[in-house]
Amino acid sequence: MQEKTIISINGPVVKARGEADFAMHDLVIVGLSSLVGEVIKLDKDIATIQVYEETSGLEIGDKVLGTGEPLSVGLGPGLIGNVYDGMGRSLKGFQEVFGDFLKSENAVAIGTLDTEYKWHFCPKVQIGSKVSLNTILGEVKETEVINNRIMNPFNIEGEVTYIAPEGDYTILDVIAKVKKQTEEFEITMTQKWPVRRQRPYKERLTASTPLITGQRVIDTMFPIAKGGTAMIPGGFGTGKTMLQHQIAKWSDSDIIVYIGCGERGNEMTEVLEDFPKLIDPKTGRPLMEKTILIANTSNMPVAARETSIYTGITIAEYYRDMGYHVAIMADSTSRWAEALREISGRLEEMPAEEGYPSYLPSRLSQVYGRAGLVKSFNDEIGSVSMIGAVSPQGSDFSEPVTQNTKRFVHVFWGLDRDLAYSRHYPAVNWKISYSEYLDRLQDWFETNIDENFSKDRIEIVKLLQEENELQEIAKVVGQDVLSDTKKLVLETCRAIRLGFLQQSAVNENDTYVPIEKQYKMMNTILKLYTISLKLVEKGVPLSRIKGIGLFDEYIKLKFNVRNDQLFKFDEFDNKVVKELKLVNEEYNDHLGI
Amino acid sequence: MKVQYLGLEHINGPLVYLKTPKDISYNEQVELVLKSGEKRIGNVIAVDENVTVIQVYEGTDGLNITGVKTELKGKALQVKLSRKVLGRVFNGVGEPIDGLGELEEYVEKDINGQPMNPIARKYPRNYIETGISAIDGLMTLIRGQKLPIFSGSGINHNDLAEQIIRQANIKDDENFAIIFGLMGAEYETAEFFKKSFQENGVLSKVAIFQNLSNDPSIERILTPKVALTCAEYLAFDLDMQVLVILTDMTAYAEALREVSTLKGEIPSRKGYPGYLYSDLASIYERAGMLKNKKGSITQIPILTMPNDDISHPIPDLTGYITEGQIVLGRELYQQGVNPPINILDSLSRLMKDGIGKEYTREDHQKISNQLFASYSKVQDVRALAKVLGENDLSETDKKYMEFGEVFEKRFLSQGKFENRTISETLDLALEILHILPEEELTNL
Repeated sequence: MQEKTIISINGPVVKARGEADFAMHDLVIVGLSSLVGEVIKLDKDIATIQVYEETSGLEIGDKVLGTGEPLSVGLGPGLIGNVYDGMGRSLKGFQEVFGDFLKSENAVAIGTLDTEYKWHFCPKVQIGSKVSLNTILGEVKETEVINNRIMNPFNIEGEVTYIAPEGDYTILDVIAKVKKQTEEFEITMTQKWPVRRQRPYKERLTASTPLITGQRVIDTMFPIAKGGTAMIPGGFGTGKTMLQHQIAKWSDSDIIVYIGCGERGNEMTEVLEDFPKLIDPKTGRPLMEKTILIANTSNMPVAARETSIYTGITIAEYYRDMGYHVAIMADSTSRWAEALREISGRLEEMPAEEGYPSYLPSRLSQVYGRAGLVKSFNDEIGSVSMIGAVSPQGSDFSEPVTQNTKRFVHVFWGLDRDLAYSRHYPAVNWKISYSEYLDRLQDWFETNIDENFSKDRIEIVKLLQEENELQEIAKVVGQDVLSDTKKLVLETCRAIRLGFLQQSAVNENDTYVPIEKQYKMMNTILKLYTISLKLVEKGVPLSRIKGIGLFDEYIKLKFNVRNDQLFKFDEFDNKVVKELKLVNEEYNDHLGI
Repeated sequence: MKVQYLGLEHINGPLVYLKTPKDISYNEQVELVLKSGEKRIGNVIAVDENVTVIQVYEGTDGLNITGVKTELKGKALQVKLSRKVLGRVFNGVGEPIDGLGELEEYVEKDINGQPMNPIARKYPRNYIETGISAIDGLMTLIRGQKLPIFSGSGINHNDLAEQIIRQANIKDDENFAIIFGLMGAEYETAEFFKKSFQENGVLSKVAIFQNLSNDPSIERILTPKVALTCAEYLAFDLDMQVLVILTDMTAYAEALREVSTLKGEIPSRKGYPGYLYSDLASIYERAGMLKNKKGSITQIPILTMPNDDISHPIPDLTGYITEGQIVLGRELYQQGVNPPINILDSLSRLMKDGIGKEYTREDHQKISNQLFASYSKVQDVRALAKVLGENDLSETDKKYMEFGEVFEKRFLSQGKFENRTISETLDLALEILHILPEEELTNL
């Protein structure tokens, strides 16, 4: 047996000495309670191990057994709809064994997947078919909306010598045999994959389709592509988790992997209670049928927090390889970085910025680098989009995690405390946020939504910029001294902010808005502005136009127009034209024209 | 006869080092027996082949290198508990100090507790009426929530906590209990609360764990853990509705920093250890409800923000863990607004699911959104008024000035003994909001 003996214990970091030859990142079993650990440093015959569980009760002289395998997660049908800890162990399994509270004694035996449930398997290859890595051997209906495509796990060219007939099998039953030269491999519906290793693909593609989230400030203003990366930095109370939940609920991805990394237990409970009741607008089925949760809450062992992100990404890549578009919500990557810092501190490594280890940037780049749109070896096209929340200390965006993440993501949704204070949610600050995908996605918006989409968007951005400048002036001299055209800009932007950017997560007409409606809303306010501007330039007092109440009516449209009533925007546009025409005529009369 | 080891290697502040005894385990409880026979509690915080580091919770005064015997307890730190803890006073490590003797028929519980399995949790939805308009209306407290009070030195946060305890309708439940944990508190603070409990006839429902400012600072590290272990026992073993007040979390975090520095750990922000977040989380996350249990733990930790700075690591990390915060403002306090709750900084994350038609009133969310939006606008207008003078403000802005004043005087301010129902609170809010012109009320 490969074993070493413990010579020191310091929190989650344990050192063990002995003859055994452990490899870096090998999984090890520690002590009498069989705690799970991972080798993170080797020095001659001494191995440093980070233990994923509470180390209370370990003794000097306890044994550490090597498994000879890296930390891996079990992949197969049954992942969807379930909740896992940071290492991919089923929390339901924990509940069955330990009850309401988590314990770690011998928890190593708790697996990821249900090994007894029988899935209905339909073969997709025949005896004699040539197969290689990720070739789809058959299909299992995992949920009403997701077909789990059972893929060949071996990276070898071979020939199918046995394929199970259509029928019900557990994930441990052999469903195929593949022969390469003289060697024959037995294949089940489950496979293991080391979480720290990226799953390979044939080709990386350029992301050019937006991930539609139903949130206006995202889709219209700062869109993310399918296979893209985004970050949501924000101090506490600015609504990071709320925004992540909204994206998880309404985005048009096929599968959601939600990683609760060092966050609140009740937030996981909320997802677990809400998602089975919520209906996915794309499929008409409960959201839980496309959701996988990884929960490592803030009071769970810190080392497992560090792996939870990798576990989540590996599961996402697995479904990507089947040809699905997967979106990962990581809440929060700051807690992940802090776990790195904590372990690094225990190893007495030389710290870089604010105590974080110097390898923080390279780890971050590895994590976000695993997102992307790819063609898999079976020629299916799938994607992993990664949206990470960042919790900057003291709401200071110059801290290391925010700054380093910024280098590796393409979309920045900066949350703003002042907006959150005034209950403007989502509190995405349009002055500091950006999306580097705008150019790449322009074609998609213009072809699929409206040829004026980008033009209108730019117009909105310009107005908001002008508002910003005007507000600076107004702060000093007051609004009253501004000219009516300038005041019209302010009034329009007020309507844009309240009626367009601000979006209610609890109103049924507003919580999710299809992109077509988003365009109508944007276009309508611009029409109102353009016509009003002509009148104001002509000399009509702004107060006369404001008096009609069109701007206030616009602000309330978001609550009053259902997602299937786009014609109401045309009606409103007509009303605007009619009302303002009357004003124009009245003014002409007044001037005696 | 238990094994005892004689002698220590060296002593540094609250840490003692001894030659690693056989069979010692990480985080094990130890008892140090002085020559005089006096006993001190400690636990193992690091161990290797040669040296074991023990943190002594009751201070190292009077310890010497040769005469001290170390006894291993074979398990992590435990606290003795029973239904009879209510009405009693304990020190910071859970030993009775009220002269009524030891508990009889007790159970022993590991003070470190175990994390709740997230899937076993029940999402908290039942609101607790505190009778305080600012809280009920704008940052509703929910049963099973952790909602801290962020204060500053010299602000009357104790009055607010006392009023919450006195008025909270959680007390209507026969099976309720209050756990009061004091860390580094002044003697007067402890007495103030005890007196209030007595006057309100709830003393028999309260268990007090107190570490006063003149007690060993290191003992504070245990106090919240002991208090919460007691709360968990009452809530999940005995089905009680438990309200936990912890004050002052700043003193707790400072004690943690003290030990961390002595251990020579690499500090993170302001000298606090890098694991401050995880450590605070292990305290705050011990609130909530479970699907299979009737009881609940609601936590109201109180902390003073050093230099009134909300971005200081203690309030900052706390805010990231707790489900909102009630922030008190010095300016409001000085203006005589009482309770001086700075509503814009404050928030209750669980509010959205615990209010509305089934719980409070259908229009609650709208009214609260409107109050936040309008009051935040008041701040802009006040800034403008400082530059322009109030007379030069537009008519609408003048209305905002008026609204702001009335809101602070009539809505935020309320008497120490004024208990407003949720309907009274919301009606009052509507009345005040209608000072503003109709078109400004976009949320209603």
